[in-house]
Amino acid sequence: MACLSWKRGRGPSSCRAQFLGEHMARVKEKLYEWIFAALAFSSLVFLIGIVWVLCKESLPIFSRVPLGSFLFGKFWYPTYCPPEFGILPLILSSVWVTLGAMVVCVPLGVGSALYLNEVANFRQRQILKPMIEILASIPSVVYGFFGVVLVTPFLQKVFSLPTGMTALNASFILGLMATPTVCSLAEDALSYVPRSFREASFAVGADRWQTLIKVVIPAAGSGISTAIILGMSRAIGETMTVLMVAGGAAVIPKTLLEPVRPMTAAIAAEMGEAPMGGDHYHALFAIAFILFIITFVFNIVAEIISRRFRIKLGISR
Amino acid sequence: MDDSMKMCSENVNFFYGRQQALKEINLNILPNKVTAIIGPSGCGKSTFIRLLNRMNELVPHTTLTGRIYLDGQDILMPCVDPVEIRRRVGMVFQKPNPFPKNIFENISYGLEVNSIRNKRFIEERVVESLKKAALWDEVKDRLYDSALNLSGGQQQRLCIARCLAVKPEVLLFDEPCASLDPISTRKVEELILELKKDYTIAIVTHNMQQAARVSDYTGFFLLGELIEFDKTEKIFKAPEDHRTEDYITGRFG
Amino acid sequence: MKRDIIQKIGFFSLFLSILITFSFLGMIVYFIFSRGLPVISWDFLTQPPRNAMTEGGVAPVIIGTVYLTLGSMIFAVPLGLACAVYLCEYSPKSFVVNVIRISINNLAGVPSVVFGLFGLAVFVKFFGFGVSLLSGSLTLGILALPLIISASQEALIAVPYSIREASLSLGATQWQTIRRIVLPTAFPGILTGVILSIGRVAGETAPILFTAAAFYKRGYPKSIFSEVMALPYHIYALMTEGAHPDKQRAIAYGCSLILLFLVLSISGVAIFLRQQQRSYHG
Repeated sequence: MACLSWKRGRGPSSCRAQFLGEHMARVKEKLYEWIFAALAFSSLVFLIGIVWVLCKESLPIFSRVPLGSFLFGKFWYPTYCPPEFGILPLILSSVWVTLGAMVVCVPLGVGSALYLNEVANFRQRQILKPMIEILASIPSVVYGFFGVVLVTPFLQKVFSLPTGMTALNASFILGLMATPTVCSLAEDALSYVPRSFREASFAVGADRWQTLIKVVIPAAGSGISTAIILGMSRAIGETMTVLMVAGGAAVIPKTLLEPVRPMTAAIAAEMGEAPMGGDHYHALFAIAFILFIITFVFNIVAEIISRRFRIKLGISR
Repeated sequence: MDDSMKMCSENVNFFYGRQQALKEINLNILPNKVTAIIGPSGCGKSTFIRLLNRMNELVPHTTLTGRIYLDGQDILMPCVDPVEIRRRVGMVFQKPNPFPKNIFENISYGLEVNSIRNKRFIEERVVESLKKAALWDEVKDRLYDSALNLSGGQQQRLCIARCLAVKPEVLLFDEPCASLDPISTRKVEELILELKKDYTIAIVTHNMQQAARVSDYTGFFLLGELIEFDKTEKIFKAPEDHRTEDYITGRFG
Repeated sequence: MKRDIIQKIGFFSLFLSILITFSFLGMIVYFIFSRGLPVISWDFLTQPPRNAMTEGGVAPVIIGTVYLTLGSMIFAVPLGLACAVYLCEYSPKSFVVNVIRISINNLAGVPSVVFGLFGLAVFVKFFGFGVSLLSGSLTLGILALPLIISASQEALIAVPYSIREASLSLGATQWQTIRRIVLPTAFPGILTGVILSIGRVAGETAPILFTAAAFYKRGYPKSIFSEVMALPYHIYALMTEGAHPDKQRAIAYGCSLILLFLVLSISGVAIFLRQQQRSYHG
């Protein structure tokens, strides 16, 4: 072709001369990119840092107490002589309180989300959705405070208990606290269900309730379960509420009407008194590590489910 | 064909991943002429035009082989800064894409990123570009309004003005009228004919009448290949390849 | 007919669930406001505590919360924004980048008390900052980091690709495009995210339990190495420590009111802004 006849003399050498001035600019561009990359990696560093710190600070306890008897030991007497480090009561307390919270927040949260998405008209939704999101920001310590001054005396009177600070109280408050989060996330999932799904259902003569039960909920099912899992993850990791209202007894709970000491409460309540570097200190770090693993697994599961959900509904992000 | 051509592609192959989008493209773009690239959608015409100012580099997992010359210099060589090439080869896109800034800033932006700081100079250049893009009379009273409030056709002419402000040597149009109404389309076409005096222009279009109206040379792309390239009249009156004829007479596409 | 009744019952139960949700949440807010308002006065807001936390105001506590929140943002906003910019604008879609994404998601799910322990081990002990404003701010900053990153990412993704292309086609470099086109366009969204995380950070207690907070500290924090009083921790401490629970409880109501008011109005502003942006984008 004709371009072959061009003066090939303007090859690499002249090219270099012409663009020498541009060279600095390109170096600068690369520099910016590297700075941003370095800063981005720092978030990775923090996660690794957290894992590393939790590992390092919790390992010493396992040289004193084997992992099995740490996890399944029935007695948590960290300050006795000799101390006992069995965190089964704490784990069970966490499980009880979290399950109790789920009983409150799943029906309320998902029900509210369904109402917002399916029943409420546009105006109602415009007002209620932001309100839910604003209420989701109420600090946990305020919930805890509310639990202490109002719910505790109430439960004590109703069930004539020695103390109103029980697993039930903690479950109720935690559930209430997780409700806006679950509702907001579930509503997001519902809003991703394409309108065409609903129209197809209406077209074959289904009413709104049938459409909701048979089409919308199955379509948004994995999105809703992501919301529930994240709500659970939030409930199990929540500290201040359970610290204030769960009562704090580190024994294996038999009913919901007994005081309990979930893992987070144990860490928050005892870290202040645990001598730094002692067994108790390391044991508390080990509890935090276990807590970290639990929430980590929850988050990964939620991530996997939500990714499938997005693929199913064809949402690219 | 002679030495005076402005741009030229030589054995250009382009791949998205493993899929070949362009095969052995050899095409010349002559100075102060309008070169149209036509073909059915998915034939690689937009892909090709984006190579000419190295916009393809923004898409990951692509490979490009061959050479593309601008004034005899291979712009694909690693020592060539794509930023510099894009200053010399401007581009107008399919959908009007003004910045969410006011009209004045939209046009001055190209100058500012090219380190021009002189206020007087910038002002003059903004007015000059708007006039050249035939937009001045419509916007002279509201230069500081948001560009997003303009109509689609005005936005597209604003995008052309924005390009002109940088004083490129070549203007690439990637289906500039695809999202415009007939009246705006006519204005843009008139503008292209006007701009031909000062610029070298390449335009991608799926509208054959448009190619016939504005271009001097036309290339017909099909499935990633350049089937035929010649003077526009020849392509439309007496195409050599039967596939070109089929396309132009509307038998497919 | 039967179908109709089922639908009515179903929708009514959904209505009931949202009614219960709002009445309980509303009750909390109403309760705190009704009990807290009588405590609030000009002196309460501007005076330091007196008589072992049983009288006087809570000014240093409010100031402490403001300092901690600002400190955490000074740390988290630039870092989070830079991270988001890298992930959205520069990053190749590679394995390493995916690892960063996943780690940010998981960082967001780490319980706040675990952040507290991390802060204790790293900032208080290892770096030797002690229990201080600095340690607390850094700990809260790490907590806020994933929130800011994901909010900024969302804002950056919402910037249409076409205007990035337009900028690059004019001969702008990538950095110029980011600084002059992408960031200004994404700014309202980023701002919303930052305000939301301010609301979150201001109410956090567990991360500052061992890293920054003190129940009683004379006067205002003097340097970044001094302990601080903070509203959320103060409420907790008033309920669980001290010698005069009854007198302290009144102050706790006041503090709860201030904290609730602060947090609700901050997130209210953020969510209002977001609503505006949504309607603007259509």
